Amino acid sequence: MTTTLTKHEQYLADFRVLEQAADGSAPAWLRQLRQEGMARFEQLGFPTARRGNEKWKYTNVAPIADAAFRYSASPKTSGVKTTALRRVAPWRKEWTTLVFVDGRYAPTLSSVPSDGGGLRVASLAEAFRTDEALIEQHLAKHAAFEDDGFAALNTAFLSDGAFIHAAGGDEHAPVHLLFVATDSTQPQVAYPRTLVVTERNTKLTLVETYVGLGDGAYFNDAVTEVVVGDGSAVDHYKVTLESANAFHVSMTRATVGQDALFSTTAFAKGGALARHDLHMALAGHGSSCKLNGLHLTAGREHIDNHVNIDHAAPYSQSYQYVKGILTGTSHAVYTGRVLIRKGAVKSNARQADKNLILSERAEVDTKPSMEIYCDDVKATHGATAGQIAEAEEQIFYMRSRGLDPKAAGALLIRGFVKEILDTVKLEPLRAFLDGVTDKALPEFQFEGFGDRDEQRER
Amino acid sequence: MAEPMLVIRDLHVKVADTEILKGLSLSIGKGEVHAIMGPNGSGKSTLVNVLAGKPEYVVTSGAITFEGKNVLPMTVDQRAREGIFLAFQYPVELPGVSAWQFMKTALDSIREQRGEEPMDYRVFDKMWRQKIKDVGIDQELVKRSVNEGFSGGEKKRSEMLQMMVLDPKLALMDETDSGLDIDALKSVADVVNKRRGPEKAVLVVTHYQRLLNYIVPDFVHILIDGRIVRSGGAGLALEVEEKGYDWVREAMATA
Amino acid sequence: MTTTRTVISRNTDLSQQEYKWGFTTDVEEDVAPKGLNEGVVRLISSKKGEPEWMLEWRLRAYRHWLTLKREEPTWAMIHHPPIDFDDIHYYAAPKTKDGPKSMEEVDPEMLKAFDKLGIPLAEREKLAGVAVDAIFDSVSVATTYQKALEKHGVIFCPISEAIRNHPELVRKYLGSVVPYSDNFYATLNSAVFSDGSFIYVPKGVRCPMELMTYFRINFADSGQFERTLIIADEGSYVSYLEGCTAPVRKTSQLHAAVVELIALDDAQIKYSTLQNWYPGDKEGKGGVYNFVTKRGKAQGRNSKISWTQVETGSAITWKYPSVILQGDNSVGEFYSVALVNNHQQADTGTKMTHIGKNTRSTIVAKGISAGHGESTYRGQVKIMPTATGAKNFTQCDSLLIGDKSAAHTMPYIEVRNSTARMEHEASTSKISDEQLFYVMQRGISNEDAHHMIVKGFCKSVFAELPFEFAVEAANLLKVSLEGAVA
Repeated sequence: MTTTLTKHEQYLADFRVLEQAADGSAPAWLRQLRQEGMARFEQLGFPTARRGNEKWKYTNVAPIADAAFRYSASPKTSGVKTTALRRVAPWRKEWTTLVFVDGRYAPTLSSVPSDGGGLRVASLAEAFRTDEALIEQHLAKHAAFEDDGFAALNTAFLSDGAFIHAAGGDEHAPVHLLFVATDSTQPQVAYPRTLVVTERNTKLTLVETYVGLGDGAYFNDAVTEVVVGDGSAVDHYKVTLESANAFHVSMTRATVGQDALFSTTAFAKGGALARHDLHMALAGHGSSCKLNGLHLTAGREHIDNHVNIDHAAPYSQSYQYVKGILTGTSHAVYTGRVLIRKGAVKSNARQADKNLILSERAEVDTKPSMEIYCDDVKATHGATAGQIAEAEEQIFYMRSRGLDPKAAGALLIRGFVKEILDTVKLEPLRAFLDGVTDKALPEFQFEGFGDRDEQRER
Repeated sequence: MAEPMLVIRDLHVKVADTEILKGLSLSIGKGEVHAIMGPNGSGKSTLVNVLAGKPEYVVTSGAITFEGKNVLPMTVDQRAREGIFLAFQYPVELPGVSAWQFMKTALDSIREQRGEEPMDYRVFDKMWRQKIKDVGIDQELVKRSVNEGFSGGEKKRSEMLQMMVLDPKLALMDETDSGLDIDALKSVADVVNKRRGPEKAVLVVTHYQRLLNYIVPDFVHILIDGRIVRSGGAGLALEVEEKGYDWVREAMATA
Repeated sequence: MTTTRTVISRNTDLSQQEYKWGFTTDVEEDVAPKGLNEGVVRLISSKKGEPEWMLEWRLRAYRHWLTLKREEPTWAMIHHPPIDFDDIHYYAAPKTKDGPKSMEEVDPEMLKAFDKLGIPLAEREKLAGVAVDAIFDSVSVATTYQKALEKHGVIFCPISEAIRNHPELVRKYLGSVVPYSDNFYATLNSAVFSDGSFIYVPKGVRCPMELMTYFRINFADSGQFERTLIIADEGSYVSYLEGCTAPVRKTSQLHAAVVELIALDDAQIKYSTLQNWYPGDKEGKGGVYNFVTKRGKAQGRNSKISWTQVETGSAITWKYPSVILQGDNSVGEFYSVALVNNHQQADTGTKMTHIGKNTRSTIVAKGISAGHGESTYRGQVKIMPTATGAKNFTQCDSLLIGDKSAAHTMPYIEVRNSTARMEHEASTSKISDEQLFYVMQRGISNEDAHHMIVKGFCKSVFAELPFEFAVEAANLLKVSLEGAVA
């Protein structure tokens, strides 16, 4: 892998400011971790050189590397009102909600029950003081930054974020982590960081939402680590609704224990450039993971879903189903790598990627790969791209019942997305995503069917 | 009683640490048709699979001899070449494998065991066509890969075709009636009945008596909880059908 | 590296008889010193009596190769010690003294394989590389077919001869599909290629026979850096088969061939390969490194290029027979069986690049990994913005035999046109215990049962082979799988 160093003096300067500001409060191991992160970032830089770089083959991060993002160690959170948040993000007062504004925890916007009954939810900054030992044990142990410049950078700026520790039980209220980006005169960078640790036999529902309040440019460099304890189930949702000019690069790492399940649903709309790097390590005997994904891209948006599933234990199960709808000149990339290691017998892996390309100039690159080192397994993958095979006939059929082509096309597209939206088990979230999708869909229409129709009539 | 072909003595069988057969004894003579009836989980399928030599079934004690030979050390294909045929409850699909090639290879393997030359393919082909007619299976079906895309009934007929071609001494029929409509059931029974003769034996395993209306057994055995608890003539099957397995259990308890 | 000698001169006893189908050359026995430099390239060109333009082309390739700084591509999932490019004779035309002196010296495993495959006795010595003067019992046969080909205007000759006799065709098409700068090994091949086949089928001609069918032995060894060029002019058809099911003894380890196909309007080329070169021993020692660049250009409207390959030999196989679908309505096909056993490695697949309208491609790839074998399907389907109405269907399945084997699937799918339809399916599994039990219950041995199921797995690819080779290919699978089933 070849990466060239890019200009990162600003990052280094910001890092020094942070180091000095946090000097007194941060534990020594954390300061060392940050320094390691910065050192690694200085070596790796951003992966702008793509030749021979399989991980970034189809995504150009030069717009991020070339931009000058400002970092604020203590951004103002006072300008944001709850009412504004409720309009743009899923919101329930029964949920435990942590709100972060430009990367910094905003206690006044958040609602955390005083007694979580085995569930502890806090900002990382606070938890460094209260739960240091547990955090030290897990933080940055799952999201390796040795070969990832973005994760290294996030680690260098590790000072706040969300911390969740579920010690047992299955009655916990859903936890919502809401990362809000505000508009400012200068493009900002934030480093959201989340650590989730569930002990044995715990059920946790977790929503991560990233939302932009304006339409300015900013950069979210996020890292989430989830440890799923033996026999536990984590129902995870990631909702990305970044603003039209935003950059979003995230790394999510889940380590799944024996007989445990990590289920994640990823919904993404918006963002000039979004890269979702998801790594699920099936470490325990009989562990499972699930990914359902839906992304809607329009205009010049670019989304890159980079999924890695590591079957390291016998009887591990994985399932991926990712769907995309593209219009405009947008570009969707999907890399789904399934690794089944030696000894992971009786493992079962399924992956599917389906893309509905609506416009002439949208692009899809998909690479569903399998690396299998164990014979007693079952692995399949499938991918489709282009128009829905039967779309023309189906639209014709609906028109024969009196629908106009637009309405018929819309129905078909609705059907395409429904399959993923229906997997959302958290009812208020499903309703919210349905609403977002309904609002977005008028922009997503079959191009060209009308034209061909006219040709036929002529 | 006829000269014994298959003799099972005090057979104990385990699958994944659970004992399924707990001391089963049975003797099948040449030319006889035996039926084993029993409720779900009694060990019926285990019995035929262990006779065929399915690897995951572990014989912990007891003996099985076939025509005087000890069967237990033999692999599944060796037993098949000795003349034991299992008509599967759920025959698997063999993608890309033609039925013709499958049966020609199987028959030649069996002939090799007997010290015979492989059958000339024209002779085989003629026989093959005749058997297809005899079984009444759809010609088109046989051209496909073995069992691929077959319905339940088609699979069972295909099993009967294979039985006709390989002409085994002992046919084990595992729940052959499951998933069969009355038409298919009759034609399966018809094939079995045509093969009845002094040198052939059949062991039918079934939950219901229905099949036994068409394949009338010489002996009926009731298998409950891994043991044969009662044996009798064809009438026993009717009695079980009418009164249910609980009746047998109760009769045992009071006995 | 083991011995690197290669045979260019064959059938020298026939060279005076103007035997068109052998690889004849008038050089004395001689060997260039090991290593590659401009002088060696010039020597190769002059020994072959090449015109100036050919030498210039080779030198351009050589100079480009120098810029690559001996950095072999590393993206494939193959592992081998670095190749010492200074330890290779890039030109050698010896009598085959290195080979066994008689059949008694030939590896008994190889002799067994000949028996199982039913290789005619007359062909065995040659395939085993026994150092005898070439004996040719098929001269008359060859001549008969040569006449038939001439009648139809089909040119079929060694490429070295075509360079001298048909320079206008070679100049126009050589490097037009695989440029000399294409990749590391193609560049090396362009500089030092030894020999290979040249075929030109004129307009409207349907080549009256499967080429190579009758010449497989005579063409069996075209040297270490083979170069093949096939041109199907408008409305023509040709089916070409290379290779042979018999285990072929190769005297050199590195083989870097280049094959270029060009199909003009309404033309069709069917290219079938059976590759069973020496795979190394059971411990993975020795064996051929087969690094091949094969590409066809479906240049004309309604043209069609179809690759079928059965790859069971070589220690390492690195090849991606590809099609550039340039003409509107053109068709590209790739049918592949790749089997690895013991310590073999294969990284193989295809690239389908859709440029023309309504272009269609089909990919069916079957990989079988046994022993410590590691096999990778690597394929790219690229649908360009111009390829309105393009369609691709891809199916790749892997079968694993034994718990030391590995199978990988690496598809790259790039769609730049909304009217395109692309479908990709893949699976990896082992032969199920239920299938084995079922087959063996009919009296078939464990090994035969495996073979039967594997053959069934490959059926859709074998169906694309000319009939007699399909039969041989099935036998070949059986031989190659030996020892894989415990």
